[in-house]
Amino acid sequence: MSDLAAALPAAREKPRRSRALRRFLRHRLAILGAIVIAVLVLGTAFGPHLIPYDDLHIDIRHRFQAPFLGPHILGSDQLGRDLLARLLMAGRVSLTVGFSAMALSTVFGTLIGATAGYYGGWLGTVLMRFVDAVLCFPTIFLLLALAAFVQPSVLSITLVVAATAWMEVARVVEGQVRALRDRDFALAAQVLGASDTWIVFRELLPNAIAPIVVAATLNVARAILLESYVSFLGYGIQPPVPSWGNMLENAQEYLSTAPWLAIFPGLAITLAVTSFNFLGDGLRDALDPRLDIA
Amino acid sequence: MTALLDVHDLRVRFHSDDGVVPAVNGVSFSLEAGETVALVGESGSGKSVTSLAIMRLTPRSGCEVGGKILFRDGVERSDLLALPVEAMRAVRGNRISMIFQEPMTSLNPVKTVGEQIAEAILCHRAISRAAALDRAAELLDLVGIPEPRKRLENYPHHMSGGMRQRAMIAMALSCEPALLIADEPTTALDVTVQAQILELLKRLQERTGMAVVFITHNLGVVAEIADRVMVMYAGRIVEQAEVRDLFARPRMPYTRGLLRSVPNLVPGRGRRRFEAVPGNVPDPMHLPKGCSFHPRCQHFLPGLCDAALPALDVTEDGHLARCVRWREVASVEA
Repeated sequence: MSDLAAALPAAREKPRRSRALRRFLRHRLAILGAIVIAVLVLGTAFGPHLIPYDDLHIDIRHRFQAPFLGPHILGSDQLGRDLLARLLMAGRVSLTVGFSAMALSTVFGTLIGATAGYYGGWLGTVLMRFVDAVLCFPTIFLLLALAAFVQPSVLSITLVVAATAWMEVARVVEGQVRALRDRDFALAAQVLGASDTWIVFRELLPNAIAPIVVAATLNVARAILLESYVSFLGYGIQPPVPSWGNMLENAQEYLSTAPWLAIFPGLAITLAVTSFNFLGDGLRDALDPRLDIA
Repeated sequence: MTALLDVHDLRVRFHSDDGVVPAVNGVSFSLEAGETVALVGESGSGKSVTSLAIMRLTPRSGCEVGGKILFRDGVERSDLLALPVEAMRAVRGNRISMIFQEPMTSLNPVKTVGEQIAEAILCHRAISRAAALDRAAELLDLVGIPEPRKRLENYPHHMSGGMRQRAMIAMALSCEPALLIADEPTTALDVTVQAQILELLKRLQERTGMAVVFITHNLGVVAEIADRVMVMYAGRIVEQAEVRDLFARPRMPYTRGLLRSVPNLVPGRGRRRFEAVPGNVPDPMHLPKGCSFHPRCQHFLPGLCDAALPALDVTEDGHLARCVRWREVASVEA
């Protein structure tokens, strides 16, 4: 009897607590993601100045030095270049490409999606069918096709990556704006004399901020991956300038003899990509004021 | 002095896949400054379309609006339907404003109430953001929201339905419009809150001298607030009169039906049961020939009522009725 009485409130308590725990954990991961990203950004910005090696400095005496077993902390490659210095410099390139491609693709995708969603009609149809057409190409082929035509540089790779990543954002925004356009508050804004641009940017898009931010953070992760793909396939950032992708490509040959050459750039990519994804999740919750009803 | 608003032969037609749907078929009326006119009718009678046409907010595509809507701003009179887009935008929210039925959804859920009211002001007035927020607090105080400063920071979901409707009214009145169109503003609210909102609108009207077009299907609300009533049926005005006159001596059989369909609130004392108007609103694409109401009318005379559309006859002291038999109808029941 008393066992049952004691068990009952506990049973009732449990789902609420686990929900709170899940919410807590979700935000913890987002905080962790933000910290990792901050460390990566600061590390790549200032790190190269703090270590004694230059990323291009060749040290033939210490070729293929294993991590933690010599002067190079994370080891060295086939030319004796310091892996840590190269990772940090590569991070600059990869993160720059990731952020700028995200910014470009998000802005472009939002503009296309908002225009198509708000005006609809033939304009919306033409824009969205164009989006569908671009989406039909497998990203990697589109990327390689574009990359084959342009001189590889940080700027051109950013543009190429952005050109293959804006469609998702456009679709998300189009759907949101089309649904929000017919809501009463959009009509109310029109009644109060707001212009189309005002309504789209001040009334509708703030309501779509959560999916846009999620799409944007996922886009950073994607852009980093895409840059790694093209660099890995040799069309991206050209050696000797390091990027996480071309470091992996370089490591292929030595995978069995010097696995650290692949593991560290791989880890850096994984860390950056997952951190951005966690951050995206956290931002989605944080940016939606409606969630505080719960 | 000319009328504030002069709607002349307004026609709105929608083009659908099945053909042309005439929603408003030649509505004419005028409105003086400070006057409250109720627009009454069943769903689908064209009252909301009429109000959207005045704001020029009918759908951009597949909708045709004809006629004239003369609006006086100061001494100048202009046809709203002929204004350029930019000039029309300067009228909306500034000279003519509107509130809606659903206070739950008419506020942007992701912006604070203060921001929204301030932005409504900033749309038309070149003042600083801080000044706009001060004005927003004044407006919230004016519409009877306690602790207006604190409420500015609230999101719409922090507020009750009545509170939100008050906030909507504050927004609509932020630029002191000369005309307020209220499209069933109390329908979604509790009866007690309804009364408060009506009281508030009356008080604000006395204070600002604005004219109000009040769209409703609730005759109780009409009796409470209106000076003059226009009854709409199938996209036309079928009767128009001073409010007392209409309730005392309805001339058009449809208006009689509407008045009889109001439930009697005193149980057991009602000699007359409340009756629904028989039949349904006609399909606007296939309006009956002659008087649109004849298939539902108990005074229907074949050969007369279904022959030609009756004119809007003047009966007495400005009372208008669109019925060929209004004299007989009045005497039958008197």
